Amino acid sequence: MRFMVRRIIFYVVTAWAAVTLNFFIPRMMPGDPVTALMGRLQGQIDSHAEQALRILLGLDEDKSLWQQYVEYWRLILHGDLGRSFTFFPQPVGEIVMQALPWTVGLVGVATIIAFTLGTLVGRSIGWRRGTWADSALPISAFFSAVPYFWLALIAISVFSVRLGWFPSSGSYDRAMVPNWSFEFIGSVIYYGFLPAMTIVVASVSGWILGMRNMMVTVSSEDYVTVAQAKGLKERTVMGGYASRNAILPQVSSFALSLGFVVGGTLIMEMVFSYQGIGYVLFTAVTTHDYPLMQGCFLVITLAVLVANIVADFVYAALDPRTRQEG
Amino acid sequence: MSAVPTRSVWTPGEVGRVAEPVLEIKNLSVDYGFDANPTHVLRDVSLTLNRGEVLGLAGESGCGKSTLAYAATRLLPPPGMITGGEVIFTDRSGDQVDVLAMSDRDLRASRWQDMAIVFQGAMNSLNPVHRIGRQISDALLAHLPNMTKKESLERAADLLDMVGISPDRLRSFPHQLSGGMRQRVMIAMALALDPQVLIMDEPTTALDVVMQRQIVEQIAELRDRLGFSVIFITHDVSLLIEIADRIAIMYAGEIVEEAAAQDVYRRPRHPYSDALLHSFPPLRGPRRELGGIPGSPPDLAKRPSGCPFRDRCAHAFDACPTVHPELVTPAVPGDDPRRQVACLLHDPGAVAAAGFTPVPVPVELSVR
Amino acid sequence: MAIDLTLLADTPDVATDDTTTSGKQRFVFLRNSKSLTGFVIIAFFGILAIFGQWLAPYDPGALSADLLQGPSSAHWLGTNQLGQDILSQIIIGARSVMIVGLIAGVGATAIGVLVGVTSGYIGGIGDEGLSMLANIFLVIPQLPLIIIIAGQLPSVGGVTVAAVIAVTGWAWGARVLRAQTLSLRRRDFVEAARASGESTWRIITAEIMPNLTAIIASGFVATVVFAVLTQTTLAFIGIGDPNDWNWGTILFGAQNNQALQRGAWWWFVPAGLCIALVGMALTLINFGIDEFVNPRLRSVGMNARSLRKRGIRPRIGFTPVVYEAPGASARKSELVTQSELIDVTERAPHQTKENRS
Repeated sequence: MRFMVRRIIFYVVTAWAAVTLNFFIPRMMPGDPVTALMGRLQGQIDSHAEQALRILLGLDEDKSLWQQYVEYWRLILHGDLGRSFTFFPQPVGEIVMQALPWTVGLVGVATIIAFTLGTLVGRSIGWRRGTWADSALPISAFFSAVPYFWLALIAISVFSVRLGWFPSSGSYDRAMVPNWSFEFIGSVIYYGFLPAMTIVVASVSGWILGMRNMMVTVSSEDYVTVAQAKGLKERTVMGGYASRNAILPQVSSFALSLGFVVGGTLIMEMVFSYQGIGYVLFTAVTTHDYPLMQGCFLVITLAVLVANIVADFVYAALDPRTRQEG
Repeated sequence: MSAVPTRSVWTPGEVGRVAEPVLEIKNLSVDYGFDANPTHVLRDVSLTLNRGEVLGLAGESGCGKSTLAYAATRLLPPPGMITGGEVIFTDRSGDQVDVLAMSDRDLRASRWQDMAIVFQGAMNSLNPVHRIGRQISDALLAHLPNMTKKESLERAADLLDMVGISPDRLRSFPHQLSGGMRQRVMIAMALALDPQVLIMDEPTTALDVVMQRQIVEQIAELRDRLGFSVIFITHDVSLLIEIADRIAIMYAGEIVEEAAAQDVYRRPRHPYSDALLHSFPPLRGPRRELGGIPGSPPDLAKRPSGCPFRDRCAHAFDACPTVHPELVTPAVPGDDPRRQVACLLHDPGAVAAAGFTPVPVPVELSVR
Repeated sequence: MAIDLTLLADTPDVATDDTTTSGKQRFVFLRNSKSLTGFVIIAFFGILAIFGQWLAPYDPGALSADLLQGPSSAHWLGTNQLGQDILSQIIIGARSVMIVGLIAGVGATAIGVLVGVTSGYIGGIGDEGLSMLANIFLVIPQLPLIIIIAGQLPSVGGVTVAAVIAVTGWAWGARVLRAQTLSLRRRDFVEAARASGESTWRIITAEIMPNLTAIIASGFVATVVFAVLTQTTLAFIGIGDPNDWNWGTILFGAQNNQALQRGAWWWFVPAGLCIALVGMALTLINFGIDEFVNPRLRSVGMNARSLRKRGIRPRIGFTPVVYEAPGASARKSELVTQSELIDVTERAPHQTKENRS
């Protein structure tokens, strides 16, 4: 239980830190690009929404920093992330919430596929050390260093432009109305296939390398030798002893690298014009839509936190040492 | 090393058992490193374990005693490589097999049934993510296909009971047990399939003295009850004198002396055995003066010619740097003819053959 | 893509050659064929970064009449829609990438060392606080954070980008260093130094830091990879100074001018390949460092091809039994007495195991 309590405290503090960071970033920026934009909106915006934006972007100079901070928290807890400049007067929260399911679907599924595949491949490469399998290492090193967006460009140029197998942008056939029909879901899968595969190819080698190193490290543990000495089947030794233990650090590094992986995959959405949060963030950056940028960051961070909590539960289920019973 | 005596003609020894070999290691050589310049960790090592006996294997850290045990069971991790020799196992019906020539399948089937091992790190020998019961029963299930899971857990409970652990510990994870308990679990696990040979690699090193004593007594008691043979590896010679029937002393990847336990203790013939005995306080008996051994063992990668111990030996003479000593019967009248020592002091023939003048055995090494 | 494939095919051959020739090298990292490959690639890009101005055939911003031409003898890597020479842009762009990588790497490593070593050494509540800070920075997605910071800054030059990367990217190094410092602090030689009244500063600089060199180096290299990827990503999504040539700006131009749709592969393939090559080279260097730090990862003379030739299958739990010709083994035992022996023992994991007891 102590493990879980510690983790929960950690997540609460991290969530607090993310919100606080979001509060301070616009206040620490030199110059005041926001005021100009606010001025442009004058007259179109009701006073209540304007006040909220002032709090969110740090323009209410007449209040003390502490008062601003309290006000800021009040807004966040009410789910008010302000209004978008670009899609005025749509609230930021609404835009982000529309985009979130697409990101969770695309990035989530692709990351889980990449993690599973990478772990399985890394497991067999690590177990068959000193054989041909080692030559997979330089190739993995290359792919782990390939920028995600470049891989996306290559994928589009080959599979969309040259071969014409997949659409190069969008997340479903625009002629359709979103619903739960097989036809529509099929279209979503068709449009999502290329970006998802690109994410898998770009991120799988990181998991391969990590798992391979853990397998090699764990294989020289005494209990693996004991398992071989007991005359257990090769499959049992590899599955129940070596990889069963190697997966533990792999899961905790999954939690820690998630932030990195998600960052990279958001860029994929930009390249593929996939209507997830990454694409919204991209739009916000190019149009200087500050409230939208802030909102995207906050939601991305919270989503990664939730994924981390899930990974922690998986870890606790896998490692008996985190459940101190007696 | 070609003249290995045929042990079958031996008369019953002091222990009162017929010397019938169960494990014969013959001329075993082991290299470390797969590249062009491997380190020769073991060179032509021969050792015989008789049925029902406890054979102690002693020596300083890094002398190759653990390597010998791992190589004889083919458990040596990469980059270890066996480059020569035979390991003959004789089962109860008298059938002989060479462990080094076995196929993977046969070796897997033979493991734990014929020979079981208790490793030195009790902390790391148990899989941290599985319960104790499962780790004992998986060995049973792998070898006894007709056994049900329930039966295997019952057997596991009996085994734990045998080493003095309450059967309700079956559901414990390794991290919930103390170091001594874990080592007992390992012993219980090793005895699961009633093996004929039990190799114990420093089984008590990580434990405190009280626990050490309890474990050693337990092993002795179980051996009397179940009749397996033991190779007991340790750097603590005084512990071996308590438990072993015979003792082999290793130095720099070679066996330098092999004799009945009491002979090694009271009448050491090799200068190294003598020095080793003087560096440990005896558990019982008269107090002796303690002294360390000056210098350190040679780097196995830079093995010198001649006798490997010569640089640290108080009795070294001009032949030692040139002539490599082989195991011979000591040149002390009245010694047990079965005991062996690899020291030029005891091999005037080899010294003379190489053109040097033999030196008489000093008085410390010819105690009667 | 053709370039890509030949490069991949070449790498293993380079590696096998090195294992035989680099045997006598003193420098540990260079003994490792993977690291050596990495160093060679980085040296190549380092030369481009330093001498790029003189090596580039054209001014990267100069317009010409050759609009969107494929590779030719005049323009080896073709031109873009304004007639600018892509090869020159790549050569000139190397400098910005290298400088940002270096500054960000140094900055993040410095913060990481400061936080990690302090946290590991002081222990207690201070450690709890600092390691929680590091973990928070690890969990918060860095790239979006960098994007919103850089996106709100009025002007974004290379140094600013590097600074932002350093401020957000130090956490991984700090985490690893903290763990290592923690274990070093309990070692005998540190305890001894403390007992003999050495000052904390001296213990940290003279006793602890030298033992962290490899880990600091590996953290530095990893941060540089991250910085290179981040900087080019930022440039690619249009954050940053468009007049500051780097490989990301080239890709930004390609993406926004329909290079994909027009099939102008020479515009976007080489730049991305350069990023990947730099990243791969640094990752390979890190393999060498990892094997130095974690001996279990070292492949002790394990060259898959030569092992198979000799009939050795290295496996846990099944020691290979190889009876080689007696002549060969005698010749080898003579060789053993001559050279490189310290290294052999050092690399044998068994030896370390015995020493523990």
